[in-house]
Amino acid sequence: MNTNSKELKCFAANIRKMVLEATCNAKSGHPGGSLSAADILAYLYHTEMNIDPKNPADPDRDRFVLSKGHASPALYGALAERGFIPKEDIKTFRNAESYLQGHPDMKGVNGVDMSTGSLGQGISAACGMALAGKLNKKDYRVYSIIGDGECEEGQVWEAAMFAAHYKLDNLTVFLDFNNLQIDGNIRDVMNPTPFDKKFEAFNWNVIVIDGHNFEEIAAAVEKAKATKGMPTIIIANTIKGKGVSFMENQCGWHGTAPSVEQCEMGTAELDEYINSLGGAL
Amino acid sequence: MYKIGEKIATREAYGAALAEFGCDERIIVLDADLSKSTKTDCFKKVYPERFINAGIAEGNMLSVAAGMSACGNIVFASSFAMFASGRAFEQIRNSVGYPCLNVKIGATHAGISVGEDGATHQCLEDMGIMRTIPNMTIINPADATEARLAVKAAIDHQGPVYLRFGRLAVPTIFGDDYKFEIGKGVELEDGTDLTIIATGLMVPYAQEARNALLELGISARVVNIHTIKPIDKEIIIKAAKETGAIVTAEEHNIIGGLGSAVAEVLAENAPVPMARIGTQDVFGRSGTPQKLFEIYGLDTKTIVEKSKEVLAKK
Repeated sequence: MNTNSKELKCFAANIRKMVLEATCNAKSGHPGGSLSAADILAYLYHTEMNIDPKNPADPDRDRFVLSKGHASPALYGALAERGFIPKEDIKTFRNAESYLQGHPDMKGVNGVDMSTGSLGQGISAACGMALAGKLNKKDYRVYSIIGDGECEEGQVWEAAMFAAHYKLDNLTVFLDFNNLQIDGNIRDVMNPTPFDKKFEAFNWNVIVIDGHNFEEIAAAVEKAKATKGMPTIIIANTIKGKGVSFMENQCGWHGTAPSVEQCEMGTAELDEYINSLGGAL
Repeated sequence: MYKIGEKIATREAYGAALAEFGCDERIIVLDADLSKSTKTDCFKKVYPERFINAGIAEGNMLSVAAGMSACGNIVFASSFAMFASGRAFEQIRNSVGYPCLNVKIGATHAGISVGEDGATHQCLEDMGIMRTIPNMTIINPADATEARLAVKAAIDHQGPVYLRFGRLAVPTIFGDDYKFEIGKGVELEDGTDLTIIATGLMVPYAQEARNALLELGISARVVNIHTIKPIDKEIIIKAAKETGAIVTAEEHNIIGGLGSAVAEVLAENAPVPMARIGTQDVFGRSGTPQKLFEIYGLDTKTIVEKSKEVLAKK
């Protein structure tokens, strides 16, 4: 695959535009951690996962669990861009009439494989899906994104033990390492680092990448697929708010929605970026 | 299957039923390092490939169960009631209840009859905790026969089920002709003066109390409520209207469980004098189950006394 493709970059930029649109219209939500995870989601939903919007419940499909469920705007953006849900529904995010809940609801949204939002639980559910795949003799793979702050939850480490114990080599977890949680830098609030040594000690295959570099994301996923007998954690160094200049590396944008003006400014930046790639597809 | 009068713990019947009905290849059984006590080892012996030990990590186990059921499996997740409903409450609420997944929680060692292990292991609040979760069905079997049928019904039921089993060997009171249906209470004895509504191992005490009351010239109806949620409103309202007084009996805190559920039905539909037998909002302690039943008033004597009290309020 061509990881430098304009199409993939546009896919990611469009996710980011939808993150702004969703949170701006809702006047709430979590743009910062949605933007940091956007490139990983773009790669998975554009390039990697064996999924079909026409058959979202296919028992043989690859699964994705957004363990950091508050990044739902980015997941909805990926699902809209991939054709699972209509793009015009993005603006209904968090409205009482909408099916697009603040945190992903598997019962309400085509393409959402697990309801998440309470941190620590999604990675365990992903373990369950991966082990069920082995027991049910299915070839699908399971992907999940966890947050760096989320790793302060003890359940993440229960899941880490479980995945290694059952040799879940069909499970690939991305750690969105954007350094910031609600109350500040993760090292100041409750330091969960070092991630690489911890996951190594838990008997995982550990890969560290730039989470905004598609070549590195692709190479890491290929390495994960080739690794047998152990689960893989891809520690993705990311920038919270990535792609919207005034949101980058600001923990204040964890759970604050952009105003209409800010949304327009951010969207203009992203449109400019898309134009620099040679225009929208 | 089980002989009337035979003493057998409902957890034993749970393990045996898992093995008996486990041929369905969608079934996976998880346990948190207690398979010898929860009796899921009975399933493990027959279907080792579908038995998964999750280790001492109940929260993870319940979310793993959710993920498995999202892939089409019927998943039993077992631990002691305290840790299944207590430690893993939020995983059950968010990962299982909210998406209404097909996870069956096999919670053993419920109630004060755990005995010598003491208060930390005597779960007296699980029915109350589970009752607050939308989509949850709660079954508290009275004997081995009912426990076996509850497991079968849980397999056939689409959605989460909390199954509450005991450690203590209790008398089998139902025969092979016993009919079990989720959500349907069972009138075991008719009566006209009051109704004793019992659940779990309190059911045989309720039957004994009925006989003792008869000697005093009091006619008590006995109703077995095995499904705490959804509760059988009809049988409760009928009992209230026809007998005019209600006594509930459960091996659980009087807050949150059967007594609360019955009181809610009565208050909204047919208010009559009632009394709740159960632990009176206190923690348990170490001791033999029989001694603890006596201390905490979970016995025939207390049911008789409370029945007389409630009759005086009619």
